[in-house]
Amino acid sequence: MLKIENLQARIDDKEILKGLNIEVKAGEVHAIMGPNGAGKSTLANVIAGKEEYEVTGGTIELNGEDISELAPEERAHAGVFLSFQYPIEIPGVTVTNFIKSSINESRKAQGLEEMPAKEMLKKIREKSELLEIDRKFLSRSLNEGFSGGEKKRNEIFQMAMLEPKLAILDETDSGLDIDALRIVANGVNKLKSKDNAVIVITHYQRLLDYIIPDFVHVLYDGKIVKSGTKDLALELEEKGYDWIKEELNA
Amino acid sequence: MSKYTEDDLKKELETQEYEYGFYTDIESDTFPIGLNEDVIRAISKKKNEPEWMTDWRLDAFRIWEEMEEPEWANVHYEKPDFQAISYYSAPKKADPNKSLDDVDPELLEMYRKLGISVDEQKKMQGVAVDIVVDSVSVATTFKKTLGEKGIIFMPISEAIQEHPELVKKYMGSVVPKTDNFYAALNSAVFTDGSFCYIPKGVKCPMELSTYFRINEGGTGQFERTLVVADAGSFVSYLEGCTAPARDENQLHAAVVELIAMDDAEIKYSTVQNWFPGNKEGKGGVYNFVTKRALCETNAKVSWTQVETGSAVTWKYPSCILKGDNSVGEFYSIAVTNNFQQADTGTKMIHLGKNTKSTIISKGISAGKSQNSYRGLVQINARAENARNFSQCDSLLMGDQCGAHTFPYIEAKNTTAQIEHEATTSKIGEDQLFYCNQRGIDTEKAIALIVNGFSKDVLNKLPMEFAVEAQKLLEISLEGSVG
Repeated sequence: MLKIENLQARIDDKEILKGLNIEVKAGEVHAIMGPNGAGKSTLANVIAGKEEYEVTGGTIELNGEDISELAPEERAHAGVFLSFQYPIEIPGVTVTNFIKSSINESRKAQGLEEMPAKEMLKKIREKSELLEIDRKFLSRSLNEGFSGGEKKRNEIFQMAMLEPKLAILDETDSGLDIDALRIVANGVNKLKSKDNAVIVITHYQRLLDYIIPDFVHVLYDGKIVKSGTKDLALELEEKGYDWIKEELNA
Repeated sequence: MSKYTEDDLKKELETQEYEYGFYTDIESDTFPIGLNEDVIRAISKKKNEPEWMTDWRLDAFRIWEEMEEPEWANVHYEKPDFQAISYYSAPKKADPNKSLDDVDPELLEMYRKLGISVDEQKKMQGVAVDIVVDSVSVATTFKKTLGEKGIIFMPISEAIQEHPELVKKYMGSVVPKTDNFYAALNSAVFTDGSFCYIPKGVKCPMELSTYFRINEGGTGQFERTLVVADAGSFVSYLEGCTAPARDENQLHAAVVELIAMDDAEIKYSTVQNWFPGNKEGKGGVYNFVTKRALCETNAKVSWTQVETGSAVTWKYPSCILKGDNSVGEFYSIAVTNNFQQADTGTKMIHLGKNTKSTIISKGISAGKSQNSYRGLVQINARAENARNFSQCDSLLMGDQCGAHTFPYIEAKNTTAQIEHEATTSKIGEDQLFYCNQRGIDTEKAIALIVNGFSKDVLNKLPMEFAVEAQKLLEISLEGSVG
């Protein structure tokens, strides 16, 4: 599904990713953990194609195709979805209208007709039920005046609607109370299949109690420095990141 | 595929010409340039006007001669040379040898985007309409329905002939000849326009649109519109067109007067898309318009406007809330791109008791344009319990444009309640990236954001017009990015 080799990226003149390697296969869930400033969000944004970041080396392959030169919307059309850490507001554009544009633009890129209104409504109903979203919520302006939890739930709702091949959840657990966390995690679990993959970026292992990862990676100073199973997350929770730094410096 | 960057977009914007700025040389009957009393008499004679009308024009001309061109608006332009303009040009005729194949395919593409019918396209391009059955029958049915209700809707020049008593009584009653420089000029030289009268208690069964009048001659340079809604009547009037207006006249000085008698309601919607000038800011229409409504007891007037064209716009559709309980509304979207300048807003003059006004203004600036809102809310001493709510929002794209707000408030009665809200925002990289990540490209993302921003006003337009206006906003901002 996703194969990143020797990825190097910088913002302005600051090197952030310094030769990162990761491979994610269809049907897998990977967690990426690491201390502040390690490059977790940068990785998410670089995969999604944010312009501010300059890729200075390495490759990003999605299903065998190098996507590192594609525009962000083209990557989205290829099946990359990023759940934002800080979702932005668009006043006057309803959640429904936004998702409708999003789906139809992707369909257009694939040479398909717009999704018929009936099918769209049915899908919206299904997915909003899945994520326990009140229908009234769908006619509100996108993220405007949303609570932290509502914003994150809305991200996962969009993910459910778009059915991406690769979903990257950037700190989706931040700002969520325990009930919201459970709903969001349930949603992600139900959307998981053998044909798609999920990368969960998180600070804490709390979310990983709900979304069980197949692999856990530690990102430190722009590289994956350690990989393991769910147990690694528990170890990190218990011991913090210092022991990894020590291990690396040893 | 290489990435389409912001720089590419900027470049595209700079090279994007107004493809619609060409003009067609067709048969016309044009006066020599210059303005004096003889020219005024000649215009009046050409229109076969009665003596009172000629005198009215001459009076206006004498007033205008004494006036100075105003300079207070936040716009900069080279003042027109009023002696270098021709003040009369007969309605353009269709060229029988021209077909749509002769029309710029890009322009046709724009029409297609706007969803404009082939017949309309032909009319706008001065192409003779061969399949006239539809439009003629529509227009005829339309006239019959209106006639049965006693509604008068015709070119103002015809109204001067056929309904002199109404025209004489109301023309200049809301915007007097002495009102301002351009109103005086218009009063002296107007050659075209519409007249509309809705009798007592009649609800006009359809939107009155200048479209139905296009058959009878194009829009004039000095347009004069007079709408009279008698007691208890209702009318919704649409002016302009979303299609780019083909016009070789640089100066437009229109006057619109609305009279809403007791319990009457007038909705007046405008879409203005005159030639805005090229990428260097050369050429383009100066649009200096005086629009004002008089509201008697319990009357209501709503002005809704979508302004995307013109090099310089100077326009303040206003309401004089004379009668008790009368209501005035102003909803506006003004888009400026490249070197366009707009100074637009409204005046709400509260004279009667319990009068209410609402102002919602949305300004969108892109390129190197300047967009100003200028508004006056005046509560007079006798206007007990007057209320006003104003909201002025500005959206900026890029870092070379400007948005300005000049709200004036004069309250002479202590019972007045006045609220003013204002916001300024910018389309940010983060907003665009978010949309891109969801598969929406930058052009489409801007359209989405702009439509969201303008929604409160778009909602006030009649349904079909709103859809067209929405597309127009998208097209006007094509190629600009924040």
